[in-house]
Amino acid sequence: MMSLPPSLQRWFDTRGWQIHPHQQAMLARKDEPALLLIAPTGGGKTLAGFLPTLVELGADPAPGLHTLYVSPLKALAADIKRNLRVPVEEAVLNIRIGDRTGDTSSHVKRRQRADPPHILLTTPESLALLTSYEDAPRIFAGLQRVVVDEIHALAESRRGDQLMLALARLSTLCPGLRRVGLSATVDDPAAIARLLAHHPDPCAILTADPGPDPDIRMLVTDQAPPWSGGGAAYAIPAVLEQVRAHKTTLIFHNTRAQAEIFFHNLWLANEDALPIGIHHGSLDRVQRERVEAAMVAGQLRAIVCTGSLDLGIDWGDVDLVIQVGAPKNVKRLVQRIGRANHRYNAPSKALLVPANRFEVVECVAALDAVKAHDLDGEPRGPGPRDVLCQHILIAACAGPFDADQLYTEMTGAGPYAGLSRAQFDDCLNFCATGGYALRAYDRWQRLLQRPDGLWQLRDPRSAARIRQNIGTIQDTDTLKVRWRGRGGAPLGEIEEGFAASLTKGDTFLMGGQIVRYEGLRELVVEVSRDPGSKPKIATFMGTKFATSTQLSARIVAMFQQDDWPGLPPHTAQWLALQRCVSRLPEPGRLLIESFPHDGRQQMVVYGFAGRNAMQTLGLLLTKRMEEMGLAPMGFVATDYATLIWGLDAVTDPVPLFDLDALEAGLDGWLAGNAVMKRTFRASATIAGLIERNLGGQRKSGRQATMSSDILYDTLLKYDPDHLLMQITREEAMRGLVDFARIREMAARVGDRIDHVTLDRVSPLAAPLFLEPGRVPVRGSADERLLAEEVTRLMDDSGLAQVDAARKPAWRVPF
Amino acid sequence: MFRLCAAMSHVFAFRNTQLVALSSGALYWPARDLLVVSDLHFGKSARAARHGGAPLPPYDTVETLLRLETDLTATRAREVICLGDSFDAPDIGAALPEDQLLWITRLQAGRGWTWIEGNHDPGPVGLGGTHLAQTTVGPLIFRHIATPAGQGEVSGHYHPKARLGLRGRTLTRPCFLLDDQRLILPAYGAYTGGLATTAAPLCALMAPDARAILTGPSPLVIPMPR
Repeated sequence: MMSLPPSLQRWFDTRGWQIHPHQQAMLARKDEPALLLIAPTGGGKTLAGFLPTLVELGADPAPGLHTLYVSPLKALAADIKRNLRVPVEEAVLNIRIGDRTGDTSSHVKRRQRADPPHILLTTPESLALLTSYEDAPRIFAGLQRVVVDEIHALAESRRGDQLMLALARLSTLCPGLRRVGLSATVDDPAAIARLLAHHPDPCAILTADPGPDPDIRMLVTDQAPPWSGGGAAYAIPAVLEQVRAHKTTLIFHNTRAQAEIFFHNLWLANEDALPIGIHHGSLDRVQRERVEAAMVAGQLRAIVCTGSLDLGIDWGDVDLVIQVGAPKNVKRLVQRIGRANHRYNAPSKALLVPANRFEVVECVAALDAVKAHDLDGEPRGPGPRDVLCQHILIAACAGPFDADQLYTEMTGAGPYAGLSRAQFDDCLNFCATGGYALRAYDRWQRLLQRPDGLWQLRDPRSAARIRQNIGTIQDTDTLKVRWRGRGGAPLGEIEEGFAASLTKGDTFLMGGQIVRYEGLRELVVEVSRDPGSKPKIATFMGTKFATSTQLSARIVAMFQQDDWPGLPPHTAQWLALQRCVSRLPEPGRLLIESFPHDGRQQMVVYGFAGRNAMQTLGLLLTKRMEEMGLAPMGFVATDYATLIWGLDAVTDPVPLFDLDALEAGLDGWLAGNAVMKRTFRASATIAGLIERNLGGQRKSGRQATMSSDILYDTLLKYDPDHLLMQITREEAMRGLVDFARIREMAARVGDRIDHVTLDRVSPLAAPLFLEPGRVPVRGSADERLLAEEVTRLMDDSGLAQVDAARKPAWRVPF
Repeated sequence: MFRLCAAMSHVFAFRNTQLVALSSGALYWPARDLLVVSDLHFGKSARAARHGGAPLPPYDTVETLLRLETDLTATRAREVICLGDSFDAPDIGAALPEDQLLWITRLQAGRGWTWIEGNHDPGPVGLGGTHLAQTTVGPLIFRHIATPAGQGEVSGHYHPKARLGLRGRTLTRPCFLLDDQRLILPAYGAYTGGLATTAAPLCALMAPDARAILTGPSPLVIPMPR
């Protein structure tokens, strides 16, 4: 058994702490090439990750980088730096710790490159940037260990793929580099281990004691939740009651807009003036940091927040977590609950607050799943090639490379272990020449193969442009919001589409305050204070979680009960009402409702096939409707239903669901829809075809949208098999298409389609009208609406009369 | 004589002339057999690649030439004026692939062809045709950038586009801008972004009663959105 060095042991003793068994195990197995630790929140994961480093460095280490720590959040890196200094200083270890993120100043960064600290804390993007420098071998010389924190969160996106390519580079630079992953409880630890391991090395999995089951319930209120909506305003008095009864409460919301509205309502009802703050990703950084500091200092009784507080920052004495809105995903719910009672072996306490009656059903299904330890998850596919292209360019920035060696290195990254040489060569060709069928850039290749066979940048100046575009996070198009006037303080950001819909005098919520839109100046939204009026709702979105299919299946199963003693009476009555005016979805059948609403014809398909498949169904159905002349205008998909609106009503949906015709539509669908263009835009940006930052000047999102759509249309017309079109298709199939589940749904329902025509919105359909993420369909409806609008504008402005009078006598002879 | 589909064009009066806005963004003047296009930006992707930028799909020039050929075939115009920024850089004309240069020469055959200078292509472009800073035809003056005092002025440069809100969705289309004094053409080139009609320079140039003619499946006239 490995024992702690005396100074560290004394530090544990003075604190009265015992080393946890999993911390001991991490220490004992520290020489293994890769280790994955699965531990619940509050299990001392981070210390477990760092203990071997502290032991190896000892009291008086030699200079040079020893351990690299990578976390998904900049704030987490800063937080760990603070926390790690405590044992280092109190055990009198002469260890230097530095953090390096997008927020680190340039002179600190320069110093770090010249003289790296023993422990460097960073993010996947900053690490990728570091590996792009010519002096990367010198910076990383002597590196022994990499600790990847919250690896379960990184595994959910391309950031995980990017990180593993960067680690593959580090393993080339530093043979013998050991890897440690720290993860919250997940459904499939082996998949995370495969991601982390340097292929084909093994990665052992250590599982810490999960601790006692959480104390989790649905919040009981006197008042019933509304039929629809996401505000949960009805629960404000009950939530305030809970805040009063606890020391510190975290109140989680699924979207930023919901958090804003709830926070506003909470303050209106907060008669005792309890100190309550708000924290989400759209708020200005200074504002967020102020809330974080107040929270650490124990000055806040409650914080209204979104996923921005999901990850492991230690927020002190949280003794209650409230989840407002359906949790959507059991795994994430369990991780969120862990935020309460950040002490090992004490049960976390949590309350679920459904925002409307459908969510009551979802919450009850989620509670059942938590009790059954039934976590959900989707399998992780192979690493996307757009990230690979980015890393080929990064490798070129660092210096000339050999293609064979780079291929070998990249297939050492877990997500790319199965990458074929031909696929790699396609990516290399794309980076070098664009990879077009028309070879136009032979003279101006981005990468050149030298006579000695190595590849290098043709123009060294392109290194700066490539570095500026490193990263895989896709920003939604947002605009900064400031108070009006010279030097007005920044408030945060809103979506550009939302900003475009505002006219002077409109009001919306920002950081809990009602503000009035004054105008747009140099891409900054200027607002003024507006104390009185009721706000127009902000539509900026937080991360939108998909309800897992496991949870969806539990919900449909619950619908089949004759009555619902497990549900509150109001929700049971609502389901009964749906059964009375329409019907409830059944396993093995497909329910479709048609009704007029909002001046449009609406159709709801209750497929329960998961958000992605329902989205695809929306695309394919609207495509068929367009062909059939039904003028669809758009659709929105949730995990359980797709709502399609258009100018004409669907009277017979059965022909729409011909699986062969739907699949034929899938083949032809590359011909231009919003989801494909969105996917293309992301992949083209990551692969380096579209440059996000030019000379430090960020293009406005609108211009970027425009040019990526034009590029997409051009490739579709002239080069449909281009690598980026292949990647777009792969990514869409994997993420947004999920056609397999549509096929599964079609097989499941066969011809058992129940079409119900109603004269108004059904109880079950109502929540769909509040769902964000509406996808417009560009087709005949545009031309019909445009004709209407032109007539109206011309009539209103009086130009119609003027033009009638001006009609030329001369006519075009056709 | 020329053939145009009624739905694909819009006839309007300007300074005692009858002009036709085509859905492609080109302008046709039947009385003079003249086709006017602006901001072709030939060689835009090639220029980006030469400067070490991303290798954009190299099909922009072909796409723009296709559009131009379609409009020339439909109108059978005898005269062509390109209103500047025809080439994305002064020397890019010579750098275009051989087949594209030949294509341009073929389009020029049997036609009067004028290249107006733009800010991207201030000098001669190394191709046939007349190179002028500006030119006057009848009551109209053709130049690249509109002037505040201009009268009967036809120009390009700004790539105007109009944004409309339609029952809760927005639609953006390149557009012509028209008032009693001046006409501004949309960009014709394939890889061109646009400047919203609400932008200050366009609002300052155009009279309060200015109109926008939207390009797209069928050209439509609306009051200029500001």
